[in-house]
This record gives sequence, C-alpha cells and structure tokens, in this order.
Amino acid sequence: MNAPLLQVENLTMRFGGLIAINDLSLTARQNEITGIIGPNGAGKTTFFNCVTGFYKPTEGRLTLTPPDGGTWPLQAMQGFRIAKKARVARTFQNIRLFPGMTVLENLLVAQHNRLMAASAFSIAGLFGLKSYRKAEAEAVEKSRQWLARIGLEKSADLPAGSLPYGAQRRLEIARAMCTDPVLLCLDEPAAGLNPKESLELNDLLLDIRQTSKIGLLLIEHDMSVVMKISDHVVVLDYGARIAAGTPEQVRHDPNVIRAYLGADEDEPLPAVVAKDLGEQ
Amino acid sequence: MAAFKDAILAGLVAALLALPMLGFHLGDSAQGLQLETHLELVPLAAAIVFAGRLALNLAAPWLAKWKDRAPAGKPKLETGVSRRPLYIGIAMAAAALILPLTPWGDRNILDKATLVLIYVMLGWGLNIVVGLAGLLVLGYAAFYAVGAYAFAILSQMGFSFWQCLPISGAVAALFGLLVGFPVLRLRGDYLAIVTLGFGEIIRVILLNWASFTGGPNGISSIPRPSFFGMPMTASSPGHTTFHEFFDIPFSPVQRIVLLYYVILLLALVTNLVSLRIRRLPVGRAWDALREDEIACRSLGINPTSTKLSAFALGTAFAGFAGCFFATRQGFISPESFSFIESAVILAIVVLGGMGSQTGVVLAAILLVGLPEWFRDLAQYRMIAFGGAMVLIMLWRPKGLLAGRTPTIRLNKGDAA
Repeated sequence: MNAPLLQVENLTMRFGGLIAINDLSLTARQNEITGIIGPNGAGKTTFFNCVTGFYKPTEGRLTLTPPDGGTWPLQAMQGFRIAKKARVARTFQNIRLFPGMTVLENLLVAQHNRLMAASAFSIAGLFGLKSYRKAEAEAVEKSRQWLARIGLEKSADLPAGSLPYGAQRRLEIARAMCTDPVLLCLDEPAAGLNPKESLELNDLLLDIRQTSKIGLLLIEHDMSVVMKISDHVVVLDYGARIAAGTPEQVRHDPNVIRAYLGADEDEPLPAVVAKDLGEQ
Repeated sequence: MAAFKDAILAGLVAALLALPMLGFHLGDSAQGLQLETHLELVPLAAAIVFAGRLALNLAAPWLAKWKDRAPAGKPKLETGVSRRPLYIGIAMAAAALILPLTPWGDRNILDKATLVLIYVMLGWGLNIVVGLAGLLVLGYAAFYAVGAYAFAILSQMGFSFWQCLPISGAVAALFGLLVGFPVLRLRGDYLAIVTLGFGEIIRVILLNWASFTGGPNGISSIPRPSFFGMPMTASSPGHTTFHEFFDIPFSPVQRIVLLYYVILLLALVTNLVSLRIRRLPVGRAWDALREDEIACRSLGINPTSTKLSAFALGTAFAGFAGCFFATRQGFISPESFSFIESAVILAIVVLGGMGSQTGVVLAAILLVGLPEWFRDLAQYRMIAFGGAMVLIMLWRPKGLLAGRTPTIRLNKGDAA
C-alpha cells in the first residue's frame, strides 16, 4: 500500500445553516487515483474547494505529506500558497483557461513561480540575462513535451479559447501538471467529452500516475472513467462519506446503490443502471 | 411609415433639448446680464434632426446591404491574435529622433511634439496598469502630480532635474503601492471609483496644504534640465553653459530641443520596458490575472503582489512624466492635474486599443496633438472629441489598433 498523501480528518464546511460537508474523513495515497463520486449536491466540489484553499473549512484538518518530506496544514493556508508551496494543482468543472492567451502562454503562466525566481523578480529578465533565458527555454521545452503528450503541439500558438472543447479539457490538465504538483485535483474532467475522448482521458490520467508518480483526486460522474481508472473510490452523499473502497467494493455497496437510486437494497438493479455503473 | 414615426420622435426630442440649449441665451449688455430668446432656432434644430433621421431611416436598407457586401473581399478570421510588424514602431521612433534636425523642426512644432510625447509616455505608463494588468484606474493624474510636486519641492532645496528624476518616479511608485495595497482587492468599477477618489484627494491636498505645496498659487521657477551639468542659458556665472562649451551662438531653441530629446528618451524607455516586461513571467501573469483571477490562484500566482507590481511600475512612469512636466513648464499648480487629465490619458489608452503601444501614439496625436494645431477651432473641440469617440465605438469598439500579439511562439515558421 502506498504512503498517504492527503489526510482529511473531520472536515466540516458550513455555509450559514447549510452543512455542505459533514465530518468527512478520508485518505488519498501517493501514486494512486482516488475517485470521489456522489449524487448532485453531495459536496464533492465543495470538498475540492476546501482542499485547494478556495474555501476555508469551518472545522477539521487537511494534512498533505508530499513524498519529498514536510507536512502542510492545508486548512490554514491561503489559496495561492497551497498551489505554490504545498503544490496542489486543480482543474475546474467549467474550464478556466486564459482564453485570449495562446496555448503555450497558458502553460508558461503555470510555471510562473519558477520563472519568476529565475528572472530575479523581473530584474534579470528585463536585461535579458543568460540565466533567465535558459530558464525560459527549459520552461518552453517542458510545455512542448506536455503539448506533445496531449496532442496539441500544432496548436501551440493559437488562442486557448479557440480550441475545441475536448482539447481545452486536456490543456487544462496539462496546465495544472506544469506546476509540478504532488497532488492533482480534477473536477469532472470527462464532463462534455464524447466516448472516444473519455477513453483518451483515461489513458492520459493513467499515464500521469505512471510517469509523474503523483496522487490524483478525481471527481467524476462518468462511471466509465471512475470505475476503470480509480484505485480507490470514496462515495459522498449529503456531505458525508457513505462508502469507500475499491471500485468493485463500492459498486456493490448497498449504501451507494440506495444513495444513487433510492432503491430498496434487496431489489435487484435494473439492467440499464447496472450497465451504467460499469458492471459487465 | 415606421421610419416617419421614428423621425418625428427624434425631431420632438431635438426640439425639447434645443429649447433650453438654443432657445434661451444669456447675453452681456449695457444693463448687465440679459435673457435673450432665440426661439426661431428651436424648430430649425428640430427640422434638421427630423430630416437627418428620416434620411438615415430611408437609407437603412441600402446601408445594411452595403455592410453585408463589404467584408466579402477579405474573409475575416477573428482569432484575437495578430502579428504587427516591428518596423512601423522603429520607423516612428526614427522619425521622432531626427525631427529636430529636419526643416520642420521649428520651435513651434517641437513644443507641440514635446506635449504629445508627454501624453504618449503617460499613455504607455497607464497602459501597463489598464491594458496589461486590466486594472481600471481613473486617478492616474494624481501620480503624475506626485511626480511633478516631488521634483518641484525638492528643487527648492537645491536638487537638480537629473537628481530628482529617479526620486520622482520612486515617490510616485510609493504612492502607488500605498494606494494599491488596500484597494487592489476591489475589481473593475469599484477600483475605478476608489482611484477616482484618490485622484481628487491628491488634488485637494495640493490645493489646501499651502505651506508645503504653495496651494493654488503652485510652485514657480522650477529649474530647467542641464546638459551633463551645463545649463542651457545665455550665461551662467560659475558654470560653462551649453553654447559656450560647444562654441555656438546661444539660441532658446537649444533648450527646447533638449527638452524634446529628454521626453523622447523617457518615452522610449517606458515603451521598451513595457514591451519587454510583457514577455516576462510577470507580464504574462498580468495578462492571465486580467483573464481569470481564480485560475491564477489555482496556479500559485499571488494576485495581490502581481497586481501591485503593475500598479507600482505604471505609477512610477507617471512620476517620471510628472517630473519632466514640471521642468518643462517651470511652474506647476494643482490645476494641471484635474480629473480631466486622468480622463484624457485613459481615453488615449482605450482609444488606441488596450495594450497596443502604437495605438497609444496614434491616439495621443489625435487627442492632444490635433487640438493643439487647430487652436482656432477650440470651441468645437468637445464636439469633435465626442464625435470621434462615437465613431470609434461604432467602427472599432476595441480601439484603433486592437488585437493581442502572443508574447512567445513555439512554431516560429508558421504565419498566424
């Protein structure tokens, strides 16, 4: 079993009287894809916003322990510091690229902090010193490799907003990866993709886990994605964890079936639904 | 029929507006102010508007047809990314460099060109804040004032122009940081209003803190810049003057040429810095912040410090320009830094096309240069100004030269 990467303990998030997340505890491990599923409004995106610092949790602890040492108490960190110091990257449910900037520029912005240090906070860059030019060339090379991986090398100089939808999804993942994260949070990466694109996405995510050895958190409604590539699945409903385990265990968990279908646990699943849940 | 109705309505509105504006007039006569009535002008105005509107309505079908036909020759691919040749900018800079040597470079032209260049520099400075970082600032003249007063006050203590130039920029940048730090969490309209307020605060302080700033009387006898320590005067006890050193006859034009070259140099530095910084990580981060702040935070970019850096840099250039303005005029007062000044600078940036360096030059010539040349027509200036704005919004809603050049290209061979 891999070492834990993100430990969530008793996380609670309240908006006024609404409890979006209720005493949630879970563990995401290094080099594993942790799927998070649940009906609409279960608190999945809220959980992501807590992990990535967009919300400050009402209660609870989020501890990140990257493989290269150190521990980061994410619940106490400001949004951009979580990405910068603790190296948690994310994508968004509704794509948030920089549409007017080119594809390549999008990837370079993601390497901002490293380039900023290399340009000595713009001083060395302003005078075009060699150390900065070298750092920039490296950043461009890294972007080029990512573009080759997601098949967008030819479109590098087009505005990101002009790309087709599926390509924008892939670009957003590549952009997040360009920050050198230890944990990548993907918020519904397969939403709006056609079946072929979904399959490509599966390959990309497995490839990222394989080569970058990082942990992935994955929110997804598309069961063909979650059930196939997740090493571990956590099911949320009404902000609380109702099941966790391997995809196989979760698929047969009566709580999950009840949450999704409201069905009696003795009742057999309708054939269509069983297929949707990925049962062969 | 609808066209007719619409024209009647327009005529009625025109008559209503014309009644107070044209119908009554306060005239100066021997008995003091007197109300004169020119009611005959009211139906005339209404008739003109009616006829014009009717003609426009009747011509609308043809206009629409013409508009549809027009772009057929050139298929338009709106990618938002453009590639503008560099040589236009270089040619413009070269033309500006040799202007004083050409036969047209007389005192009058150089004076006007210097004024235009001040606004070009201010436009480029504000362009960093508004065009690149997307922060709408309505009080830019305040930082211009800070730079000018910093020099004026220091000059009274015996500092020279060249000593004060960097100080003015630094003081203006410091003010930029002080204002920026609390307000940059605001966005769009809110930021615009706070900076508008700040601009007024500075002006009112300058007006009222008489012991320090001279109040409404301003500060006069601000020293002129020297040429490497040599004053540009007819004679100066204890110093070798410029014309003595080069052994040429003294002429007041020499000073004007020097001023022209100083502002040209300052403006070109502003331009080079902003062109260069656009391609640096911080410039790309400004671009990105303007497009999506939330995505920037998710990538580990500190929004506050990034915005502050744009603010500080932009206001520093306003400080340099202010220092130059003070030395050129030799006299400054709060009157020179009113809101209209900020509005003109912002208009230059918006009209030129946000983020476009060449556009700023064109807009500065249009908005500052032309009114100087057509001083005789000064009373029609505001009409022309308004008309130009309307036309630009109709035909070039993104500014004269809109479109963004990518800061870097991967496939260098491909033409975009």
